[in-house]
Amino acid sequence: MSSETEALALRLRRHVVRMCSAGGSSHVGSGLSIADIVALLYGEVLRVDPANPDWADRDRFILSKGHAGACIYAALAESAFFPVAQLAAHYRNGSNLSGHVSHKNVPGVELSTGSLGHGLGVGAGMAMQLRRMGGRQRVFVLLSDGECDEGSNWEAALFAAHHRLAKLCAIVDYNKLQSLAPVEDTLALEPFADKWRAFGWTVDHVDGHDHRALGAAFHAASQSDRPACIIADTIKGRGVSFMEHQVLWHYRSPQGAELEAALLELGCGYANA
Amino acid sequence: MRDAFIRALSEITAQDPRVMLVNGDLGFGVLTDFIERFPDNYVNAGVAEQNMTAVACGMALAGARAYTYSIGNFPTMRCLEQIRNDVCYHRADVTVVSIGAGFSYGQLGVSHFATEDLAVLRAIPELTVVSPSDAWQAYALTHQLHALGGPSYLRLDKTAAGLSEVPIEIGRARTVRKGADAVIFATGSILGEAVAAAHGLASEGRSVRVVDIHTLKPFDAESVCEAAEACKTVVTLEEHVVNGGLGGAVAEACLEGGAAVTAFRRMGLPDIFPSIVGDQAWLRAHFGLDRTTVANTVRQLLL
Repeated sequence: MSSETEALALRLRRHVVRMCSAGGSSHVGSGLSIADIVALLYGEVLRVDPANPDWADRDRFILSKGHAGACIYAALAESAFFPVAQLAAHYRNGSNLSGHVSHKNVPGVELSTGSLGHGLGVGAGMAMQLRRMGGRQRVFVLLSDGECDEGSNWEAALFAAHHRLAKLCAIVDYNKLQSLAPVEDTLALEPFADKWRAFGWTVDHVDGHDHRALGAAFHAASQSDRPACIIADTIKGRGVSFMEHQVLWHYRSPQGAELEAALLELGCGYANA
Repeated sequence: MRDAFIRALSEITAQDPRVMLVNGDLGFGVLTDFIERFPDNYVNAGVAEQNMTAVACGMALAGARAYTYSIGNFPTMRCLEQIRNDVCYHRADVTVVSIGAGFSYGQLGVSHFATEDLAVLRAIPELTVVSPSDAWQAYALTHQLHALGGPSYLRLDKTAAGLSEVPIEIGRARTVRKGADAVIFATGSILGEAVAAAHGLASEGRSVRVVDIHTLKPFDAESVCEAAEACKTVVTLEEHVVNGGLGGAVAEACLEGGAAVTAFRRMGLPDIFPSIVGDQAWLRAHFGLDRTTVANTVRQLLL
């Protein structure tokens, strides 16, 4: 917890809104939903080296909900993996910064995703191999709630618990909205924490916008002797009042007055400020 | 072939501790020795092929040289997106091993017929696709794939062509039998049927070349074109649907290479799901992929 990570989260939100506007892309609500989690990770938790993205002893972070890629590109740029100015290329013709996060020619991205249900299994494999080699690196995988419909996550959950992959930490961005409707009206996940517990994971259930709570959860996860799942209660579109809790902003790109209003709420007087 | 693969992998693992065999809960009896010798290089992922492949990918991205292992379509189509998005897009060092090519499990029914895998997998960028015809090839290609590194698919047959061992090289077509009147390209153990057909035709004074395509990707288009140009009459033979597999690859190479082919026939499964079962030899004969039908096909084309 720090004012620094909160300031970083605010910058991430501004980037996400601008990127989704300039490129005309979807998923602005998803990027805003995870901004605090991502700010904690890149600002405080992850041991990574922007000057040496392939450093063998680095922690690994996988965005399994690849559609929120804008927020990760923003975090990587803010962490100096590449210049912030490059974010302007997001979603543009010929750009490496695809709508769903991609590692090719983008330093710092561990895994390209976009099809849901891929990240946790790969993260489990990373955690197992790093342990085999005697490493102490942690592996973080950020999932969406709707993504937990994918059975592959539960294959990975079984595997990680069976092998006691204690360095593996899943975070679920639990904003309770998925593609068309609320999660509970689509495929109910509740009792969600119980499911992870029953699979053999340590579970923490926190406010996903409270940096102090998130920081404590990441610390608690580091002490677990089993894989840990942090269920982070979030608000889709968090930080921009008219986007909050709205499925519409899974798809709509903020333009014109909407962009100005969004940035104003995020503390920017002008869209180009 | 699977024993030859495991023998090769054991030799590799003895030299290279990075090896990790991620099993899809199959291989009763076959893997026992490997597991006992290399417990630290083995994990059973259970009956969960998507996770098997994802875990292998994650291990490879963290420094392992991973192998996934299962039968039929389970390590390929069941987890095709993990192969495409995770393994191949990241060029992760994962070798997907499937035992039970074609009708190897002919009595078990359509779920166990691996008869579309070559077409599906050769479409994926970065993936090396090999289909040995004999146990000695499976052994040699396992070693060569490991030396090569990167994503690959090793398709292993239950039966063998029964040809004698010669040096082979990934990506290079092998002329098994010389001939000038027609050429048969074949992949997998069904190569043995092509050789037997060519042998029979020789007694009638017809000289039929047989070429072993043990590597579907990278495809040796140059050698295929040369052989097609020289023989004019071209037959492809595979225990696989005719769409998009070996036949498709040969046709593409011949047309794009400008080979002056006068007759062309793809022999494989028609565009159907077989609902009947039988052993591999019976099913080959039933679907016209046996030596007799191959010889008849060549005869007709040469009329």
